[in-house]
Amino acid sequence: LLLKPSWKQHYSFPWFGMDIGGTLVKLVYFEPVDITAEEEQEEVENLKSIRRYLTSNVAYGKTGVRDVHLELRNLTMCGRTGNLHFIRFPTQAMPRFIQMGRDKNFSSLHTTLCATGGGAYKFENDFRMMADLELLKLDELDCLIRGLLFVDRVGFNGHPECYYFQNPSDTQSCVKKPCTLDNPFPMLLVNIGSGVSILTVYSENNYKRVTGTSLGGGTFLGLCCLLTGCETFEEALEMASKGDSTNVDKLVKDIYGGDYERFGLQGSAVASSFGHMMSKEKRDSISKEDLARATLVTITNNIGSIARMCAVNEKIERVVFVGNFLRINTVSTKLLAYAMDYWSKGQLRALFLEHEGYFGAVGALMELLKTTEDP
Amino acid sequence: MAECGRVDSNTSHTMDKSITLPPDEIFRNLENAKRFAIDIGGSLTKLAYYSTVQHKVAKVRSFDHTAKEAAGDKLYEISMQEEVTARLHFIKFENAYIETCLDFIKDHLVNTETKVIKATGGGAHKFKELIERKLGLKVDKEDEMTCLIKGCNFVLRNIPHEAFVYAKHADSEFRFQTTNPDIFPYLLVNIGSGVSIVKVESEDKFERIGGSSIGGGTFWGLGALLTKTKRFDELLQLASKGQHASVDMLVKDIYGGSYGYLGLTGDLIASSFGKSATADKEFSKEDMAKSLLHMISNDIGQLACLYAKLHNLSRVYFGGFFIRGHPVTMHTITYSINFFTKGEVQALFLRHEGYLGAIGAFLKGAEEDNPNQYSWGENYAGSSGLMSVSPDMNPMQRARSGTFDMLEMDRLERQLVNLPLLQDPSSYIPDTVDLTEDAPAREYWLYCFEEALDGVVKRAVASQPDMPEAALRAEKFRQKYRHKLQTLRQQPFAYGSLTVRSLLDTREHCLNEFNFPDPYSKIKQRENDIALKYYQKAVKSLDELSWEEKQFALVRGVLAGNVFDWGAKAVSDVLESDPEFGFEEAKRQLEERPWLIDSYDQWLERLKGPPHKCALFFVDNSGVDIILGVMPFVRELLSRGTEVVLASNSGPALNDVTNGELQILTERIAAMDPVIEAGLREDRLLLVQSGSSSPCLDLSRLDKVLAMVVRERQTDLVIIEGMGRAIHTNYYAMLSCESLKMAVIKNSWLADRLGGKLFSVVFKYEVPVGKPNKDCGAFSPC
Repeated sequence: LLLKPSWKQHYSFPWFGMDIGGTLVKLVYFEPVDITAEEEQEEVENLKSIRRYLTSNVAYGKTGVRDVHLELRNLTMCGRTGNLHFIRFPTQAMPRFIQMGRDKNFSSLHTTLCATGGGAYKFENDFRMMADLELLKLDELDCLIRGLLFVDRVGFNGHPECYYFQNPSDTQSCVKKPCTLDNPFPMLLVNIGSGVSILTVYSENNYKRVTGTSLGGGTFLGLCCLLTGCETFEEALEMASKGDSTNVDKLVKDIYGGDYERFGLQGSAVASSFGHMMSKEKRDSISKEDLARATLVTITNNIGSIARMCAVNEKIERVVFVGNFLRINTVSTKLLAYAMDYWSKGQLRALFLEHEGYFGAVGALMELLKTTEDP
Repeated sequence: MAECGRVDSNTSHTMDKSITLPPDEIFRNLENAKRFAIDIGGSLTKLAYYSTVQHKVAKVRSFDHTAKEAAGDKLYEISMQEEVTARLHFIKFENAYIETCLDFIKDHLVNTETKVIKATGGGAHKFKELIERKLGLKVDKEDEMTCLIKGCNFVLRNIPHEAFVYAKHADSEFRFQTTNPDIFPYLLVNIGSGVSIVKVESEDKFERIGGSSIGGGTFWGLGALLTKTKRFDELLQLASKGQHASVDMLVKDIYGGSYGYLGLTGDLIASSFGKSATADKEFSKEDMAKSLLHMISNDIGQLACLYAKLHNLSRVYFGGFFIRGHPVTMHTITYSINFFTKGEVQALFLRHEGYLGAIGAFLKGAEEDNPNQYSWGENYAGSSGLMSVSPDMNPMQRARSGTFDMLEMDRLERQLVNLPLLQDPSSYIPDTVDLTEDAPAREYWLYCFEEALDGVVKRAVASQPDMPEAALRAEKFRQKYRHKLQTLRQQPFAYGSLTVRSLLDTREHCLNEFNFPDPYSKIKQRENDIALKYYQKAVKSLDELSWEEKQFALVRGVLAGNVFDWGAKAVSDVLESDPEFGFEEAKRQLEERPWLIDSYDQWLERLKGPPHKCALFFVDNSGVDIILGVMPFVRELLSRGTEVVLASNSGPALNDVTNGELQILTERIAAMDPVIEAGLREDRLLLVQSGSSSPCLDLSRLDKVLAMVVRERQTDLVIIEGMGRAIHTNYYAMLSCESLKMAVIKNSWLADRLGGKLFSVVFKYEVPVGKPNKDCGAFSPC
């Protein structure tokens, strides 16, 4: 697709989309790679410096990270070709980020900063007062759906964005398989961030938030910090990967000696999360790893259970899980895939997306391009 | 999960043998006990047994009048007889006492032929060996969930005001539900260590439709890890003091305010424990416990709602140790259900939730006796009532919790059903004033019953002049009833909604408990004797009146007769001091028309129309009331061609006429009065028992035979007489046929309340709305 250079001028760089959540800020940045010599000359210095800063680093400050493996290369957006970068940092670092915006004199660039997530509201005034920046506030669910459908459409550098697990009920032969969301509607969209939102999506503009739960990623991390003294999500997951939740949870067989046949419950099913911890002896001898694992399993199973009930109530078979709780978290993705399959007797299918938590930010970026398009 | 326990709690291993059991109060009637069942949970044991109770009952027997008047001028003789009734005993105590209790049972178990004990609950197998060794009974395990459901069906069917809605900040915390005769289908959410969600469709059909591993065990286990607090109760206490907002991430923490677009308010929890994901902050035990409580309650509430919606069920009962009498968890669950269903589904709780497993296990063992074919009634004298374990509860109750809690249920001789003429059985509430909600009324009536206690004790002693120990028993009665009144003052909700009826019934139960089955028997006898002598004269003078004068005189007669009520202090004082006070004096006391409630003109108009097919008359007092007031009225109805069914109490209460007495009285009147005689002979006058032994009247629990007769005879008029039956209860009862409620207000406080004065008259004639009687279309319902 070739467009006249004069046309391109309408979209002033830099292109950002931002999603300020309860725990994490997700930032997507479009790095144009088709810059002409003429453009390069016209490009103001601080724009250049932003581009260099973002693209030549993979970490920013102590807590900012660029997910290099997620970068979408040679993407065409609004006639421009470039790379889409995915960056995240803790919401706690938001004041420093705003400070940086001021130091880099971001407001002189005459770009609109599109932001979604609760922080778009919470920090709106800070942006204005500290950095002289006006945010374009966008609804987080609108952005989520728009971003998700876009990324699924453009694909992941030639591969599908979407995947599922084959043989989810069998740990031995359970494998990740790519797939496409060719005909995505209707879908039940489960967004697991700090908390959880569950939406039914019938088309890009026709969706409904059916319910949500406060037991989400924030609960996992919060409880893990209290129980094990860990400090980060990575640490918590690392511990969880080494633990055994059955030392913490009471299983059906711990109570009934085997299956509870009267109700068709397998002996290996969890009867009471943290149930063993009612005993002092067991509390005194439990390992941090086991506690982390139990916390992860408890939260994940609960989300699975609520999602499944919603899917049944809404008569939707496709359940798409997104959100940063699933980042580097194969324990949870596999557990969700298993739970959907097992409890629905194969009726429900759990689907996952590679760019887990970034769709809101992508959706915000798309809004930027849409608004600039309008006369 | 179903199981509520087998909690290897470090506290439950220590056996407490030092406790001495007071045999008068706990494990009563063990001598004749049979059919044991036991439900052992994580911390509490519930024992159930069936026993028979020997009671004194007052029987009346007519003298043989064909012989000569040998027995003096007495109409009938009263004899005290022993009667054996069946009773179910349930006792709840801490597991620590289990060995002491088993020893006690073994020592007192004499006459039993029982070989097995039914057992359920998570702890059943842990204590199996101990039970078998101590009692020599074989332990027979029953499925826990089956027992739970059986027990639940049983209490819902047999105990009025079993279910309640919890409202922490309302005037009355507990709002009891009227018993819907159709208890199915419902959802039972049992929150033990885990959660089981069970759909119950009929007595035998139920299904576990779902559950969750996040339950009471999660609260306890995770709570103990987070706060280093060992006991479940202490965790709840911590939680009730905490502030969850310091631990939870709220919507406003993310948005800075509310998320208006989705209608999520700022105070909503976005992420439980979302603020604790930091290493550089300490959190208080209270705050963490509170956050945990919210997290778990909300989660369970959400799942329950999803299942209720999926299965289209609106009745959702919550039980299990997480709920059991804990206001804190009842509140959070109620809040959660309201939030998720926007008020469409109410969270319901059960007064006897802790006993469901034991009741169910017992019923499993008693299947051959077919206990479900009988009606049962909660015995207020032998039951502890609903206990609140709230931290700020009164000290009296605090002392009792942790020891023994009891429930006793009497097997009623008759099966009880709804009056078929109730307009809407599911919304019928017998009681006019709910004293749980009406604090001034509660104050007054509690005071009133306490004031009257001396008189009742005196009357009880006087009724048994030949028994020297009667005074001692009467004293015990006094203590017991006074204690009940004190309990009710502190916890008006102990036995469901507190009402004048429940206060009266509790007194009757306590009197029976101490073998004062009929303290007014002698008074009733004397008054019946006297009144009978005036019957013919009364009828004769009525017959001399014109038709219209006669109708009015008949109504005044019923009203004047109704003045003779020993239950009303204003009257009993008069009757006590002036033995000459008679029918004519009573008539003079009556309010002149227009009465306080006066639809006499409509009634008179109606009488000018065609006769009723059949009238059902709920009668009140003995003596002048029934003989000179009611009988002439009945006589007139019979003369008009209306069949009459006289419904009287099955057992004694105050000076109310019992069915036994009424049989004899009616025979004697028939001997003097050809109209009554013909009515009996031609089967146009029927005497049936109401199934009740209360001075009040619950139209949803009436003798099955009565209901059958009412249906067969196509009853089209219901007459309810007296303060207890027509004012304290049924004042607002809506019937599907014409009804007439007649009473004299013999209590000045009540008169005040209703805007009248002492001896004001209520004469309430009603025709159901939307059902105009085509024979008398001229008048409208009032």
